[in-house]
Amino acid sequence: MNPPVFVAGLGVVSAIGLDAAACLHSFETEEAGMADIKILHTRLRGKLPVAEVKLSNEALAELTGLSSGMPRTALLSALAAREALADAGIFNFKDLRAGFISANTVGGMDKTEDFFESFMMNAAAGKLRDVVYHECGSITEIVADHLGINHFISTVSTACSSSANAVFTGARMIRHGLLDLALVGGADALTRFTLNGFNTLMILDKSFCKPFDEHRQGLNLGEGAGYLVLVSEEIMNRLNKSAYCRIAGYSNANDAYHQTASSPGGTGSFLAMKNALENSGLVPGDIDYINLHGTGTNNNDIAEGTAIKLLFDPVYPKMSSTKSFTGHTLGASGGMEAVFSALAIRHGIIYPNLRFETPMKELPFTPVTKFLNHQRVKHVISNSFGFGGNCTSLVFSAS
Amino acid sequence: MQVYIRSTGNISPQHSLEKDLFFAHREMQDGNRWHAVEPEYSRYVDSKMIRRMSRIVRMGVAASKACLDEAEVRMPSGIVTGTAYGCLEDTGIFLRRMIDNQEELLTPTAFIQSTHNTVGAQIALLLKCHGYNNTIVHRGFSFENALMDAMLLLREGMDNVLAGAIDEITEDSHAILSRFGLYIPANDNPEITAKKHKGSVAGEGASFFLLSSQEIHGARAILRGTSTIYKPESLAGVESRIHAFLKESSVLSDGIGLVLSGANGDGDHDEIDDYLSATAFRNKTIIPFKQLCGEYPTASGFALWLAVLLISEQKTPDWLPNVSFPLRNILIHNHYDNSHHALYLISAC
Repeated sequence: MNPPVFVAGLGVVSAIGLDAAACLHSFETEEAGMADIKILHTRLRGKLPVAEVKLSNEALAELTGLSSGMPRTALLSALAAREALADAGIFNFKDLRAGFISANTVGGMDKTEDFFESFMMNAAAGKLRDVVYHECGSITEIVADHLGINHFISTVSTACSSSANAVFTGARMIRHGLLDLALVGGADALTRFTLNGFNTLMILDKSFCKPFDEHRQGLNLGEGAGYLVLVSEEIMNRLNKSAYCRIAGYSNANDAYHQTASSPGGTGSFLAMKNALENSGLVPGDIDYINLHGTGTNNNDIAEGTAIKLLFDPVYPKMSSTKSFTGHTLGASGGMEAVFSALAIRHGIIYPNLRFETPMKELPFTPVTKFLNHQRVKHVISNSFGFGGNCTSLVFSAS
Repeated sequence: MQVYIRSTGNISPQHSLEKDLFFAHREMQDGNRWHAVEPEYSRYVDSKMIRRMSRIVRMGVAASKACLDEAEVRMPSGIVTGTAYGCLEDTGIFLRRMIDNQEELLTPTAFIQSTHNTVGAQIALLLKCHGYNNTIVHRGFSFENALMDAMLLLREGMDNVLAGAIDEITEDSHAILSRFGLYIPANDNPEITAKKHKGSVAGEGASFFLLSSQEIHGARAILRGTSTIYKPESLAGVESRIHAFLKESSVLSDGIGLVLSGANGDGDHDEIDDYLSATAFRNKTIIPFKQLCGEYPTASGFALWLAVLLISEQKTPDWLPNVSFPLRNILIHNHYDNSHHALYLISAC
């Protein structure tokens, strides 16, 4: 029997709010975070909506106590990580084997872009301080050093499933008795590199995205960070508060189909969900809510939907894509959606899948379209599927 | 926990993919950038596929294939890859075009191949491996944390986990890292560990290992344990962690026949190595392995490959210092910039 792993605290920053309470308010009032680009310096401004965190780097620096010269991903990461620790009531790591396992996809690319403009004209030009945090791991270390965590630190990068993998890595290390506490999740800021990259793939919707709709046109990119404080039973008992939920199980599988596209049958998605249920000791009928990967691309939603049909037919849990509010935040999405899953269990709520109009003709189910209160939410699956076929599902259960 | 290393596949600035060549000949490269000795890739991957792969993907795919072939295992249960810098070449291509073209008329290929999980994903894709797949990108702990992930999988009951690490140098990365003072002047003596310099030499490579929790006939070595130390407070702190690590692994210091050290020839960097060679490693045979592979954040993958080779063959190439045989235990102490320390204990089967 696996020892339980509890969610003791959480923190999130996204286009719909700077903390968990603000995000919940936006869900309830059904206010999406997408808008015209206002913060990122790019020639794509005015051409595409994105879901930006509505604060400048200077403002984020003031909130976190970090320098405003730090990569934006580190600033977002620090903000949500601090909220999660404060929420758990953890103010130091004395006598705790604490780990920080964080994910991101492009490290300090926002600064590297600035550096390269000068460097390309003259190899001796460009400020080195702009490229010193290029590595993904540097972002984690800026925040780990800021928080004072040094026992174990790691960074995961598996494209859109990155932070879901970070979440279960921490859970496994607690299960194995290697850590008492793990701060897990991920962060990603919008960068020109990422926005232009997705633009070349022609999977960006020029309007607000419509996940799981027959007429979906693609995804909107977003930015943010989301973290959970995971603890062992012993530490949970010491914290003098009730847990949000447990991490009941998880699974990571590979679609092994194509570098960017999902297989039409959703092989990887199916395996991730099926094995995560097995790992949790649950059956499909136990699940009350699926937080969909639901990017809004033609390819993802049909692959994920087909996998859900295969696993759950004929009785479907409620489901929705919170990316219809936050945009697709890539390396942060698994962590943010883990936070939303934990909040769904705590408050008995289901988030709406905004802008859904027409059911997909291939699928016999539809997502929830209104914010629902007073729901029985005992078991939640959160899906994160990505480039490279990397598919991860997490299962959260009421504790 | 201890695990068995069934096989290895390694591409480095040495002839590490072919044992006989490695024993016969030490590859000496001039300058401050040592290129990986790349194989005839068509021996490992279909030629049509190779053309579509970037250099780092080719190296990773070939090293992992060589590793699986050696153990005659077609399909691993899981794949864990570590990389500090990721796919720098394609990142650079997309970044340069984006800036040159002012964010217009871009094509997706370089972007698609720039994500950090490309190598691990391509290995899975070629094998059609639907199992566990993860990529760790944590600077000087990228390989260590990938290995830890693999060891957890073994403890959870998985068998035959492929774990490895890979990093490449590109023109841009070498130019930028040179500006940080990481490398010796290009025309300096590349015998980096023979005397102290300012800076080291850039290296690169791919190191893959097939791990099993069960003792399997023909296994090459036992990995008795690993440990990492992040930003140690003092030199003595590292020393005491080494003693604690050996104690946990139940190997007396006397039982260590060889130390592979991460000294890279840079005077400041090697302060800790000089300290340890006078304390924890006094009277030990020490080989600074970066004289063979150069400095890069996942160089400990090369060190583990070398340790497995020496302990399974029970001999050293003529061109390495005298090591006493039989050799039962090798300790690897790597560090990157004195901020990321890693320890490995490898024993003969």
